[in-house]
Parts: sequence; structure tokens; C-alpha cells
Amino acid sequence: MFKHLKQLTSLVAMVAVLFTFTTETMAAKKSKTLKNTQKKGFVRCGVSQGLPGFSNADAAGNWTGVDVDVCRAVAAAVLGDASKVKYTPLSAKERFTALTSGEIDILSRNTTWTLSRDADIGLTFVGVNFYDGQGFMVRKSSGITSTDQFKNGISACTNIGTTTELNMRDFFNSRGISYEPVAFEKADEVVAAYDAGRCDTYTTDKSGLAAQRTKMSNPDEHIVLPETISKEPLGPVVRQGDSVWEDIVRWSLNTMIEAEEYGITSGNADMMKTSDNPAIKRLVGSEGELGAAFGLDNDWSYRIITQVGNYGESYKRNIADTGILPDRGPNELWTKGGILYVPPAR
Amino acid sequence: MKLKKILPQLATLFVVVLIFGFFTMNAQLNMENRGIDFGYGFLTQESSFDVQFSLIEYSGSDSYGRAYLVGLLNTLLVSVLGIIICTIIGVIIGIARLSPNYLIRTTAAWYVEFFRNIPLLLQIFFWYYAALRALPLPQDAEAIFGASYLTIKGFYTPSLIWENLDIFIYSVIAAIVAIVFVRTHAKKLRENQGKHLPVLNISIAILFILPLLTFLFGGVSVGYETPELKQLAKTSFKFEGGLSIPPELLSLVIALSLYTATFVAECVRAGIQGVGKGQREAAASIGLNRKQVLNLIIMPQALRIIIPPTTNQYLNLTKNSSLAAAIAYPDLVLVFAGTALMQTGKAIEIVSITMLTYLTLSLSISFFMNWYNAKIAIVEK
Repeated sequence: MFKHLKQLTSLVAMVAVLFTFTTETMAAKKSKTLKNTQKKGFVRCGVSQGLPGFSNADAAGNWTGVDVDVCRAVAAAVLGDASKVKYTPLSAKERFTALTSGEIDILSRNTTWTLSRDADIGLTFVGVNFYDGQGFMVRKSSGITSTDQFKNGISACTNIGTTTELNMRDFFNSRGISYEPVAFEKADEVVAAYDAGRCDTYTTDKSGLAAQRTKMSNPDEHIVLPETISKEPLGPVVRQGDSVWEDIVRWSLNTMIEAEEYGITSGNADMMKTSDNPAIKRLVGSEGELGAAFGLDNDWSYRIITQVGNYGESYKRNIADTGILPDRGPNELWTKGGILYVPPAR
Repeated sequence: MKLKKILPQLATLFVVVLIFGFFTMNAQLNMENRGIDFGYGFLTQESSFDVQFSLIEYSGSDSYGRAYLVGLLNTLLVSVLGIIICTIIGVIIGIARLSPNYLIRTTAAWYVEFFRNIPLLLQIFFWYYAALRALPLPQDAEAIFGASYLTIKGFYTPSLIWENLDIFIYSVIAAIVAIVFVRTHAKKLRENQGKHLPVLNISIAILFILPLLTFLFGGVSVGYETPELKQLAKTSFKFEGGLSIPPELLSLVIALSLYTATFVAECVRAGIQGVGKGQREAAASIGLNRKQVLNLIIMPQALRIIIPPTTNQYLNLTKNSSLAAAIAYPDLVLVFAGTALMQTGKAIEIVSITMLTYLTLSLSISFFMNWYNAKIAIVEK
């Protein structure tokens, strides 16, 4: 009798082990980050410490911006509610460590996509949500209207730990101009020092210059010079090694851009469900099984469009209407003379 | 019996090694999982970023290793300047707190209470942002003593241009050696024969005459270069030439020394008050004059009390200098644990090097002060 009991228990144990093993592999296939996110009920998103138009918190602690919208889109796709995001403000120095150490799951913080960052430090860039380039800001009263007028001994305020520092060196060195770099850890400190007159010029990405100008004591006293000295494709980043999560973030961004291409907005997405165009029907989830590949339901992209809006809506709401950069420049759709071009969702 | 003593220690050591091993393995495993390489090879790679202010030749084409050295030297510079200035202010304030004069005593007390109760980072921000904003632009600056300028872009003062500086330095070293020799000789003379030599006067004479001779016979000469105003753009100017001290260094040194001086002052006051009143009276009663009482009776005993806590303050100042990152002074934390970390992504390597460096710095200061403390300790007979 006891002998049989022993056999029975070992059998039960074996089955139990087998069963947990199979559920484990199923879940692992679904992506560890996705599983954790659904368990926690919010998306952990790393943002800037305050860059109007990209990621900026108002007095009540509500975050807005095009970078923020990427995280909201992922939350809408994965959790069904765009507001279920936990934001972690990060300095340029902290951002990658926060991501690789697992403190956040998406870094959407005006971060330049470069080879060494992509290949070296355990990160994967999933796309570009803003095409930018480095520029210079000067005081209007200085009479400088072009970088050609820079002279030896100019002092330039900037942030540490950014591609800006490297571009700045390349720029001044290639022109044989000696300069004094004054590098701060936080963007607010750079602005304060430049505004006080510590530096002759302030250099960072042009979108950043335009956004920070609004924070100066008198924005009209400053101009951004026309020259662009570098390519700065900014985009969201995820940890290396979770390809399902990587795909989810990539296609959440792509969905926003493609929705604009097909004219789907947060307002008309419901009507589009019965559109004649299969590409549109796929995007609003009334045709195909696109979500299944990520382990999501079929309405994931529909929720992104209705809750966050398409890329054009996001740009207009955050960057154009706030007066930061009314002109979309390269960040216009490829069909309208810009360079926003994403692979088709099918 | 012996085993009983050793066993717990061995067990403790084992646990420490185990914990350390666990963390190392954990870090290694996680880094492997996330595709991060570990290694110090980056130190020889080209850094490709520039630094605002450096004591040695440095540009972006040098290695990360050299950038580390730049940061380390800048940290040392701030620490040394801060320690010297905070000691001077601290001693003055500490003595002033014991002054019989009500005004001096109260002012010193207010100074101490005010500066030590405001967070240091706030003080650094004040000296950098508030005080800096109040300074004039280079073109509006008034000359101080004819040729120095304090502007928002820094302090500019004439620099000396030496010829045969090495000979001059050798002569100063020779003078110091000579003074040490004279002092030991004078001490012997005093102890053996009771004769007093005017040691101070002789020392000063040697210190001036020897280096002066090098100007006459050694070919040493000194000129100076004054800062000149240069126009960069219509309303943008800067000074060139001479010696320039960036405002980041200025405000950091001011903030650190004013803050730490309050603690040093309290150490000094405690030291002096710690020497019994009877000691002073006894010394006076055997006929020592005021100077002798201070030098021979009060100070040797007071220093015993002052040195150990003051060492802590020096260590604090050195470690606090890492707040420099907030105001763009390129110290070790900003240059190495900041920019270099960012550009290479080698977080564990760089943070470990930085921690080890601060540990070494602090231990060195501690060792020196312990040595000095042992040297001045009263030897019981």
C-alpha cells in the first residue's frame, strides 16, 4: 500500500515538473519583458528630465511629448490602456545603465542611434521617431548668423555623455578653431549657465535647442544658427536579447507612422474598420491576424491609433502646436517630401 | 584554544569571500546575458572628447587613460586648494570663537552656524549660479590692481614667464635644506649650551638671499604676460593670455572651503578649550611669555585633540569635491565616471576604478594625518 503511494506521488511530481516546464517555455516564447509588463500592469519607460515636446512633465506630473507617446502606444498595445506607463526621468549619463540593468523596459529619451551604442553595450535601437541634427544657439545681439563667424576661444555649453560632445570636437577641430567646452550633467544646468552668459554658444540637437529656447529668461534674444553639423536619428531603445519585446516596440512606433500615411486618425479609426483598403483594415484590426505574432490580440494597433493617435497627430500636439518646431522638415512622411518611411504592416 | 580564536575569523572571512564571489558571478552572468563585454582595454582607446580645463596636455586624440589622469589631477587640485583654504579660515574662525571681543566672537559663531547648516550642493549652486550671474561680462569688467579681471567667464590675472625656472626651484630646495640644518643645529646649541640663536631671522634671510642670488648669477629672469581683451563677435568678448581660472573652479573651491572651514573651526575651538586653564596659568607662573605658552604648552596639547577630527573633514572635502559634476568642473566624476562612462558604456569597469581611486585618495590623506598625529603626540615618559 505504502509502496504504491510512493510511486503515485513520484508520478504526480513528474507530471507537475513536466507541466511547469511546458508552461515556462510557452511564456518564455511570449517574451519575458512582455510577461513581466502584463503582470505588473504598467510599462516601465525611461524619459528625459524635461525636454518640451519630447518628454516633459507638467505641474500635475502628467508626461507629454513625442517620446512619451511611443511608450503610451506600447502600453495601449500591450495592456489596453495608454495611461498605464510608469515614467522614470533619466539624465544622459544614467539612461543606458537604467535600461541594461532592467530598471526600465523602454528608453524613449531623444537618444541618438549610433553603431557603437547599438553594437557595444547591450542595447537595440528599434527605429527612429525623430530625425534631428546638432546645431548651435547664440545670442542675437552677438551679430553671429552662421557658424563661419566662430572665432578662436569661443566657449560652448553642452551636456556630458552625449554624442553632442563628440560632434562638437569634430566640428571645431576640422575647422581649426580652438574652443572651451563647458559640459554639465543636466540640461537645465546647461541652459542656466548659457543664459547667464557663461558661454558664447549652446550646442545640442536642434530640436533640443528649439525646446530649451522656450525655457530661457527671454527666448527672443536667442537664435538657432542654420547649420546642422551632424546626423542625429533619435529613437526608442530596448535591451538586447528579447526579440519579441523589440518587435512590439518597433511596430508600435511603425503603426503610428503608417496610420498617418493611410490617413487613419484617432477620430476616424472606427469608421476605417469598414474601409475598402485591406492595408487600412489590417491596421485597425478588422482583417488579418497581425497581433498574434507578438502574442497580442488583434486590436493592438487599433488601440494605439484611438488612444495615442497617429504620428502626425502626436507631432502636431506636442511639437508644432507648442511652437517648438512648427515645420516638420525631414520628419514629414516620405509621400510628402520627408524621410519618414516605415516597412508595411502586413 | 588557538583554534577557538581563529575559527570564527576564518568563518567570517569565508562568508565575505562568498558574498563577494556571489556578486561577481551575478554581475558576470547578467552582463553575459545582456551581451555586455567586460574589460579594461578601453583605457588605451582614443577618447575623442575634449575637456575644458586640464593641468596636463590633453586633447580628444589622447586615450581614456589620459582622460582619467586629467580628471584625477583636477580632483586633486580642488582638494588641495580646498584643504589649504579651509584650514586657514577654520583656524582663524576657531580662534575667533574664543575671542574676548563680543563682536568677533558672535560673528564667528554666526558664520559657523550659517554655513554648516546649509546643504553643500545648494551652496555650490549659489556660488556658481547666483554669484556668477552677478559678475560682469568680459567687456564690462573693471581691472583689479590694474591687470586682473573677474568676469563671468573666469578670473584672469597676469602670469609669470620664467627663464631657467629649474635653477630657481633648486635654489629654493637648497634654501629649505639649509634652514632645516640651521634649526637642528640651533636646537642642539640650545639644549647643550643654553645659547639662543635667532632662528626665525636666519631662516627668512636664507629663504630670500639664496633664490635672489640665482637672479644675479644663475641667469634666472622673470617676465609677465597680462590678459588682453579679445573680440569674438559683436557683443561677445574674452580675455586671452595670462593666467585664467575658470569660474567653475573658483566657485567650487569657495563653496567647499567655506563649508568645511566651519567644521575645522569647531575642531580648533574644541582643541584649544580642551587644554586645561591650569596649564596656561602654570606656564605663565614659571615665566614663559605669551608666545611660548601658545607654542610650547597650548598648541602641542591642543593639536592632539584637533588632528583626528580634522582629518575626517579633509576626507569629507575630498569626497565632496565630486559634487563638481553639478557645475561643469571637469573632475574625476564628471570626466571619467561621466563622459567616459557614457561614451564607452563600461559602467562596472569605470565605477570600480573611480571608487578605488577615491578610496586610495582618502586612505593616503588618512595615513599622512595619522603619521602627523603620531609625530606630534606627547610621548609619555
